[in-house]
Amino acid sequence: MSSEKNCAQQIKEISGADPLKCMKCGKCSASCPSFNEMDIKPHQFVSYVANGDIEALVNSKSLYKCLSCFACLERCPRDVKPAKLIDAARQLVVRQRGKDYLTADEIPELLDEGLPQQLLVSAFRRYRR
Amino acid sequence: MKYSYYPGCTLRTKAKDLDDYARASAKALGFELEEIENWQCCGGVYPLGSDEIATKLSSVRALNEAKEKGQPLVTLCSACHHVIKRVNDDMKNVEDIRTRANNYMQLSEPYMGETEVLHFLEVLRDKVGFDKLKEKVVNPLTGVKIGAYYGCLLLRPGKLLQFDNPENPTIIEDFIRAIGAEPVVYPYRNECCGGYISLKEKDMAKNMCDKIMDSAKGFGADMLITACPLCLYNLNNSTTDKLPVYYFTELLAEALGVKEEGKDQ
Repeated sequence: MSSEKNCAQQIKEISGADPLKCMKCGKCSASCPSFNEMDIKPHQFVSYVANGDIEALVNSKSLYKCLSCFACLERCPRDVKPAKLIDAARQLVVRQRGKDYLTADEIPELLDEGLPQQLLVSAFRRYRR
Repeated sequence: MKYSYYPGCTLRTKAKDLDDYARASAKALGFELEEIENWQCCGGVYPLGSDEIATKLSSVRALNEAKEKGQPLVTLCSACHHVIKRVNDDMKNVEDIRTRANNYMQLSEPYMGETEVLHFLEVLRDKVGFDKLKEKVVNPLTGVKIGAYYGCLLLRPGKLLQFDNPENPTIIEDFIRAIGAEPVVYPYRNECCGGYISLKEKDMAKNMCDKIMDSAKGFGADMLITACPLCLYNLNNSTTDKLPVYYFTELLAEALGVKEEGKDQ
């Protein structure tokens, strides 16, 4: 991966979000249903991008814990859009060759009788290129 | 009134009930859902990256087809609605996406976000009217206590979806009253069911759905209703002593006395 500064810039471009608008109120993390599962919490995520600390971010399991429920985005008083920043960081990873978080080979053993197609297409779109 | 209709992938397979009962109910209420030809899967989730174009084109094709027919585009699955409504907003308001998508599409006339996107519930509220719906009910579900499960995709981001108040919605409760039942308002009705996390991390989705179920039960609901096949799947996989979960269209068809017609389709 190219330099961290460059990556931070890419995350800002892909997301269209400006982490410097954050006033650190923590409402995003308070709203996040995945908070307990995340190593880097939504409000920390925003500061990591602002500080260009990208190496930790792209290796964070939080990338795959975000549910795209948009609670953080809805409730942010400064319209920072943490969900978009997390998605952009994930894109930065899964757009690289061999970095898919979900592969087609894994699918058969994940299936069950009632599983809706919607679940497969959604996971494919979020977890891989 | 005729509407263009986008069913989506899951309504053709695991969620046939959601679709069949909607079509039977529409007929009973006097409007027609005209399925658009050759629709393609919306992708299930809205592509958040501002540089994503190709992943939005299936929505643009559906939107443009409705535009050419001069009809609003009706959706039923919460995920399809979310994706198509947001792509339409991009086509209307984001110049870069509009230009690049139209470069791909090469339409005789560029698509600029002209189509009105309506969820089936919005058709009931804004076009039919819940008072008119109430008049057409032949089997009111009297005494049934129903919890509306909204989930995320219909409500958020509120500014773009413009479906209802994202923190304190009322549309499904009003629907429940119109079919003669009693709505149960409970705190977790707009919390996430886990969505696509249930593919790889089933326990995470289970924990979240347990909270939703406990919340609804604690407030006295007999059942939950939803518009989303993935919410239904996740809620049905919760581990607590659970409530039954139905598509709202099934109860609608029952109240309108057309449940059998829905089954026959």
